[in-house]
Order: sequence, then C-alpha cells, then structure tokens
Amino acid sequence: MKSKKTLFGTLTLSAMLALTACGNGSTTATTETSAAGSGTTPAATETPAAESVSGSILAVGSTALQPLVDQVGQKYMTENAEVTVQVQGGGSGTGLTQVSEGAADIGNSDVFAEEKLDADKAAELVDHQVAVVAMATVVNKDTGVTDLSKQQLLDVFSGKVKNWKDVGGSDQAIVIVNRPSSSGTRATFEKYALGEKVENVPGAIEQDSSGTVKQIVADTKGAVGYLAFSYLDDTVTALSYEGVEPKEENVQSGKYPIWAYEHMYTKGEPEGAAKAFLDYMMTEEVQNADVVELGYIPVSSMETKRDAEGKTIQ
Amino acid sequence: MENTKPASRGFARHRREDLIGKTYTYLCVLMLIVVIVSIVYFVASKGLATFTKDGVSLAEFLFGRNWNPTGDTPSFGALPFIAGSFVVSMLAALIAGPLSICAALFMTEIVPGKGKRILQPAIELLSGIPSVVYGFIGLTVLIPFISSLTGGTSVGYGVGAGALVLSIMILPTITSIAADALTSLPRGMREASYALGATRWQTIYRVVLPTLAPSLWTGIILGIARAFGEALAVQMVIGNAPFLPTSLVQSASTLTSVITLNMSNTVTGTVQNNVLWSMALMLLFMTFVFIIAVRLLQRRNKL
Repeated sequence: MKSKKTLFGTLTLSAMLALTACGNGSTTATTETSAAGSGTTPAATETPAAESVSGSILAVGSTALQPLVDQVGQKYMTENAEVTVQVQGGGSGTGLTQVSEGAADIGNSDVFAEEKLDADKAAELVDHQVAVVAMATVVNKDTGVTDLSKQQLLDVFSGKVKNWKDVGGSDQAIVIVNRPSSSGTRATFEKYALGEKVENVPGAIEQDSSGTVKQIVADTKGAVGYLAFSYLDDTVTALSYEGVEPKEENVQSGKYPIWAYEHMYTKGEPEGAAKAFLDYMMTEEVQNADVVELGYIPVSSMETKRDAEGKTIQ
Repeated sequence: MENTKPASRGFARHRREDLIGKTYTYLCVLMLIVVIVSIVYFVASKGLATFTKDGVSLAEFLFGRNWNPTGDTPSFGALPFIAGSFVVSMLAALIAGPLSICAALFMTEIVPGKGKRILQPAIELLSGIPSVVYGFIGLTVLIPFISSLTGGTSVGYGVGAGALVLSIMILPTITSIAADALTSLPRGMREASYALGATRWQTIYRVVLPTLAPSLWTGIILGIARAFGEALAVQMVIGNAPFLPTSLVQSASTLTSVITLNMSNTVTGTVQNNVLWSMALMLLFMTFVFIIAVRLLQRRNKL
C-alpha cells in the first residue's frame, strides 16, 4: 500500500518537474550552475586567480557554426572549470530570436541580425564576427563542368538553362539541389554568387542539411548545389566562380566572393563569462587552430571586410 | 454494539483512501486538460496571427499556389503543401490498406496460430523503427530505384517515393487494428456461415469483412492520420519544391516538410514564422477531422 502511494507521488512529481522543465529550460540550467558556483566559492578564493570567471553560458542558433562553438566550448571548460558552456542548434532564426528575447546569452547566426530582425531589435544586439565561412558551387562528377560565370550560375539556378550542355558540360538535365527559401546559406549564396534572389524552380529539390545536400549531389546525375568549404571532398566537384578557384587564399584576398561571416550576437555588450568566452574565441590559440581545423577561415586573415548590406568596406 | 467501532474505523479509512485516489486522478486529468488546452490555444493564437496581424488573406493561404515568403512581394499560398500532404497520405493508405487487411486476415483466419506468432512481432517491429531510418533507406535505396524505373528521365524524388515510404510506416497501425477487430468477431458468426455450407473465402468476404467494415476503416483512417503527421521520413524523399504535385516523380512538399525545413530559419513573430504556425493549425484541424471520422465509424460498428 505504502509503496504504491510513493509510486503515485513520484509519478506526479516527475510529471510536474517535466512540465516546469519544458516551460523554461534555460532558467533551470542557470540556477543549477549558479548554485554550483556559489558552492565552490571558498575553493575559488584560495587560488589567487583574480581574473577567473564563473557562470554558465547558453549559446543557441546556427547549425553551421555549432561544431566550432561546441569544440571551443569544450576546450574552454577544461581550462576554466567554473564556467559551463552549453551549445544548442536550432538555426540562425532561433538563435537571433532567443538572444533578442534574453532566453540565450549568445545567439549564433550565419547572417547579420539586420537581415532577419526588425531594425530596433537588431540595434540592441552586439555583433561578434568569429569566423568566415565560404561556400562553393558543387556539381555531380559527371556533369563535365568545372567553371561557371556569374551569369551562367544565375541561368542554372533560375531554371533558364535546363541542360548542362548549354553551359559547356555534357548532355545531362540539370537537377537543382537548393535550400529552403528561409535558409541563411541560400541567402548568402543568392546575394554573393547570383547577385539576386531567384524564384523556386519546379522540379528542384530542397534540403536544409549540408550532409543531405552533399549526398544528393554525389548520387544524382546532373545535380548542382552549394556547400560550405568544410563539406567539400572528392565525392563532388567544386566549381570555380568566374575563373577563380574555391580556395581559402582566394577568399582571403577577396577574389572569391561567396562567403559570409559567422556571428555570435549578445544582447548589449557581453559581461562576465560570456565576455571571457567571446574573448577566448578570438585568441590566436582558437582562431589559428580550431577555426582552421573545422574548415572555417579566421576573420583576422581576411584582407576584405563587409558590412550588413554586403558592401565591401575595406 | 461491539462491532460498530472497528467497522466505522475501517469505513473512515476507506473514505480517506477514496478521497486521496479521487483527488489524485482529478489532478492528473486537470493537468492533462491544461496541457491540451494550452497547446491548442498556443498553436491557434500563433497560427491565426498570420491572418489577423500580418494581413495574409485566408483565401490566399488555402488556395494560393505561389509560395515565396521571402520574396520582394511575398506570397503565402499553401495549397501545394496541403495538396501534397493529402496526396501522399491517401496514396500511402491505398498501398498499405489492402496489404494490411490481407496480413490481418492471414494472421486471424487463415493460419491463426503460427501465422500470428510469426507475423505479428515482425509487423510490430516495423512500428519500432525510427522514421529517420525509413527516410534514410528511402533516400539511398528507393530514390535510385525509382529513378531507374523512369529510365533516368527523373531523379526519383516526389510524392511516389513519399507514399511508398509512408505506406511501410503505416502498415503496423492498420494491421494491428484490423487484427484486433478480426479476433473480436464472435466465433458463432463464422461457424454459422460454415454451417450454411459457405467456403472459407465466402465466409471472409460475405460475413467477416462486411461486419467489420467500420473497424477496418477506422484502422485505415488512423493510418492516414499517422501519414499526414509524419515529417522527417517524407521530407527526405519528397524533394520539397513548393509546387503542386503533377506527377509521381516530381519534387513536391507536404505541410510537415515545409514546417521542419523552415521553422529553424525563421524568427519568432515574423510573418514567415507565423505562416508556419498556420500550417501547424491546419494539421491540428485535420487531426480533429480524422478523430471525428473515427468516432462516427465506431458508432456504426455492428458488433
């Protein structure tokens, strides 16, 4: 009898806990870590590390940036035991929303906040450009194409040209593997490679995940898509753009234009743990190791700079 | 006189237990109702904001064919997705329905003992496979196969591939409901039919199937509902182009695939995000329709 009652009690309790946890995940996370932090305060005062920070950081958003933040977060946590870095995906839109609403400390995004949020909301956010991600047009290996001009690329993605032989390739129907119209990757590609927004073409395939795009392009005859440099390998052919090869040095020198910043936004100037983490992100130790290792390009190595409108400012 | 005291004490204890039990169940039900009502309210308030706050017309949403939410002149026609959802679910039911009912007949009428022991776990296994696995198999095996069937003129993505993947996914739903219905049929009905000289086949299609028709339809409708709500597996093989499906092998979209592809890229509160909630509301509404259909069928149950 008694054990039954306890069982009922536990069930209700766990159900209620689950509900509250669903209500606001980040609150519980913060209280947990802040409790842990206060518990270890005496220990911290023993070591004379005056600059040590403590607390928890929640970084949410872009899945393209997630691997980098994840890896750097792990590294940072082993060096600073007092800090917890939690990284979640969800997409650039989610990241910007959450940081703007104060639900996350850092919002990861592939696009400038001005492109997604209202002007007044975007003005509250502070941009930290932590890396550059460059993209290449990729085609199936049998298309026989290695280089496309801007106009040819636009013709392909707007459906004007339907066969590879019209742009100097073999006699194969073109299969477009695009991203959904809300995707940040697509916005970057349209802006810097095509120069304008294109309408969806009937028969085109749309996928959001880079892994799936790569697989489809590799397996489908006549397929064309676009991928970040870190996804390129010999299962697909990466095309030159206007005769410029998709190589890191061409991006750095400003010859190859299909690239975008990876942003980590904070609401207002960052403080405490978030500031320390973002500073750590920009150190040589991270920029020249993790950033390069994961296929991004360090911001400091770029010879050109861009503003939110995409204009070159340097 | 001596007996009243312990009896009343026992009575009081029972009353207390009764009260505790009652409070507990009431609390649980209350929590459930709060959860359901708040989910419906949340989806509805977000979904209706598209029409009330952002000024998209309901007619455009329901019957518009042009989907371009981020264009310079944005348009929000969701008809391609609504049509896509209906087409794949119906096709899936068309494929899975006869197969499932035959499997159920095999398990209960034709080889009752052994057939059920072997076939039932096998079919239940299908329902335990995660949908991403179905999608992945579809992507790597089914798509190239369909493409080769068309002689390479198409790449294979489309409602055809979506319907095939879904039909496997809803097989267990329909089969188990049909098998339960078949076992619930009183033995007397079959025996009476045999006694009149009917063969097994005559018994099945003249007596068993007509009597159980409402239950079988219930299974099929629940299968359609499951197919309608499935997102991941379909998204991987349907192609996701926002156009009305004109052929089995042309890239198309469903309500769920559009929601999953765009939800993470849009910002809460914008019209691009709200219109996705409108589609979620549409899915919720369709679920109600399916549940009502099932209820009506159960009322017609002849057993």
